[in-house]
Amino acid sequence: MTRLWLLLIGASATIGFALLTLVIIPQIMLLEIEAPPELRPYTPSQANGRRVYIANGCLYCHSQQLRDEHFTTDVARGWGSRANVPADYVYDRPHLLGTMRTGPDLINVGSRLPDPDWHLIHLYDPRAVVPWSIMPAFPFLFEEKDSAAVSPADRVVPVRGPRAPRGKVVVAKQDALDLVDYLLSLKRDFPVQTTSDRHGTEPAGSPVPPAGGAASQPATGAGTTAGRNDGA
Amino acid sequence: MTNPAAEIAYREDVELRLRADRSTARPVLFVFALAIFWLLVGSVFGVIASIKLHLPDWLVRQQWLTFGIVRTAHLDVMAYGWASLAMIGVALWTFPRLLHVELLWPRVAMVGAVSWNIGLVVGVALLLQGRNNGMEWLELDRYYSVPFLVLGGACVAASLIRTLIARRAPHLYVSVWYIVGAFIWFPIIYVAGNWPTLKGVESASTNWFYAHNALGLWFAPICLAAIYYFMPKVLGRPIHSYQLSLLGFWTLAFFYALNGMHHLIGGPIPTWMITTSIVASVLMVIPVVAVAVNHHMTMIGRFGALRYSPTLRFIVVGAIAYTAVSLQGSFTALREVNRITHFTHWTVAHAHVGAYAFVTLALFGAIYYIMPRITRREWPSAALIKWHFWLVLIGISIYVIALTIAGLFQGLALLDPGTPFQVSVERTIWALWSRSFAGVMLTAGHIVFAINFFLMTRGPEPAWRIPPLHEVQPVIYRGDDEVAP
Repeated sequence: MTRLWLLLIGASATIGFALLTLVIIPQIMLLEIEAPPELRPYTPSQANGRRVYIANGCLYCHSQQLRDEHFTTDVARGWGSRANVPADYVYDRPHLLGTMRTGPDLINVGSRLPDPDWHLIHLYDPRAVVPWSIMPAFPFLFEEKDSAAVSPADRVVPVRGPRAPRGKVVVAKQDALDLVDYLLSLKRDFPVQTTSDRHGTEPAGSPVPPAGGAASQPATGAGTTAGRNDGA
Repeated sequence: MTNPAAEIAYREDVELRLRADRSTARPVLFVFALAIFWLLVGSVFGVIASIKLHLPDWLVRQQWLTFGIVRTAHLDVMAYGWASLAMIGVALWTFPRLLHVELLWPRVAMVGAVSWNIGLVVGVALLLQGRNNGMEWLELDRYYSVPFLVLGGACVAASLIRTLIARRAPHLYVSVWYIVGAFIWFPIIYVAGNWPTLKGVESASTNWFYAHNALGLWFAPICLAAIYYFMPKVLGRPIHSYQLSLLGFWTLAFFYALNGMHHLIGGPIPTWMITTSIVASVLMVIPVVAVAVNHHMTMIGRFGALRYSPTLRFIVVGAIAYTAVSLQGSFTALREVNRITHFTHWTVAHAHVGAYAFVTLALFGAIYYIMPRITRREWPSAALIKWHFWLVLIGISIYVIALTIAGLFQGLALLDPGTPFQVSVERTIWALWSRSFAGVMLTAGHIVFAINFFLMTRGPEPAWRIPPLHEVQPVIYRGDDEVAP
């Protein structure tokens, strides 16, 4: 190649095309998505909990997305009742979909594990409740106090057994309480419309029997989704 | 050399290279030293993160040492500290050589490197305190860190562009295409990735648009530029096919940019986006095979030279890894494969074939060639180079093999609803230990490399008057199997 302008224009054109296709057009298409009535915006405490989740890198081991029940066994495993849709995430900034399942998916953890005490103990010392867990302990989200120093406002974490600190009481800091508040808010398993609000997303929303048992392609939803442009 | 005209041409040629190398010496040495510093820092973070996955109660009292933070510091330091700075060094050094001019605005490039490093220090410091953007590969704070990186990159680009405009070489060699491409693509994807208003699934798709292209349109092009430059250089033989180089470049530019959504297969984003990326991922076979054939045909019959040139050894392993990681990537993007491998250590292993076996080894090779030319000294110890090569080659092999197998078992366990989640965790523990062992080997290799680098900069005053390897005519190949040094 001897012509520099050809290189400059060509290289700009390829990235421009990709940017248009995968960033700009989808953004315009997804603008019209509305929050389902069951989905509440995060409270200040939940928003702070989400910040703690990001700060400590929880997303590097936990996903927050269930895939189609005919494509994978995310739903069959008991992690939720349905695959997730774009409307589940309208309040998420940034997204926390995740790419790793060193630990289980958390998008419905609030439904699966509704006990705040369980979460506090688990964050303080995961192996106190799940012996085979490889999750790090987060003792810096807690204080270990003498029982005499505990005030009525303190949230005491009922850690028992050999892993409890000797002669001390475990008290949750605000960040730990907010984090648990956030985790308990993760309940994206309410029923969703499968026809009007889908925009041809990857998973089929409602459990439709797979046609011919082929699990490789996402099953098409009800007849009204015939206009789905999924390239299949 | 008896012909006086040839004698003059030869002397001019040598003079040109000497001047080019002299103009790049300071900025390139500066960025290489910083890159190696970050390589050591990133190695320590990597080993700590690795150990914490199988010894989860180790170092848990301080927040900045928790797995999620240390792991992320490892990634950002390696990607933006080690690899990016070493690549900037390679770009700054090869441009004047290929364009037959001195590097222009070298001070601007130096300022750029300083700014880039300020951004990185600020970003990593904030990250360790728990402040990051919350997206993979984009953790460095978008308000306090990213502007320094953007400014730094722009300064380096300004120096490169100024040099490009002043070029005397009429023809633009393939390495120039890749470097120019990378410096056009990176700012665009980096700004898109850090765009502050994105939310919901759109932030996810833009996240992976950026993160995949960070490898595909930033790391890969500059490392391919290095392979395209150093392989023929060391062998004293031109690249096999100009047409294949062209095909490889333009198909990479077009297909790679569309790959990102294969990180979200099955996820809650429009299916047509995912399908587009799967198609583009499979089409990546075209540039990859074009480049692989081109490199192989250049090497063929001269593999014996691997014994004598450390540069060639690292570069060739890097080139093989590029082919391997790309074909593996096309395969993994298929829905049937991805439903097993998604969310597992398979992906971690795959990322390290790319970022380490391809990118890092190619950069090591480039540094082994460039350093004697800019310091005008030879590497102090051949033994240390050998140790470096074998430690990192065996280390990365253990790393990749262990995590790939474990990822497969983990994925199969996750895909069977009757198998408890516990099994998917327990099946990976042996590989996590192996990975820590491999990580220690890699770190040892990096320390050996850093020692050799440090000793080299402190030797006696140089005595060379012409670039090394230049007076020695390239007689690495004589007969069918006879190879002379």
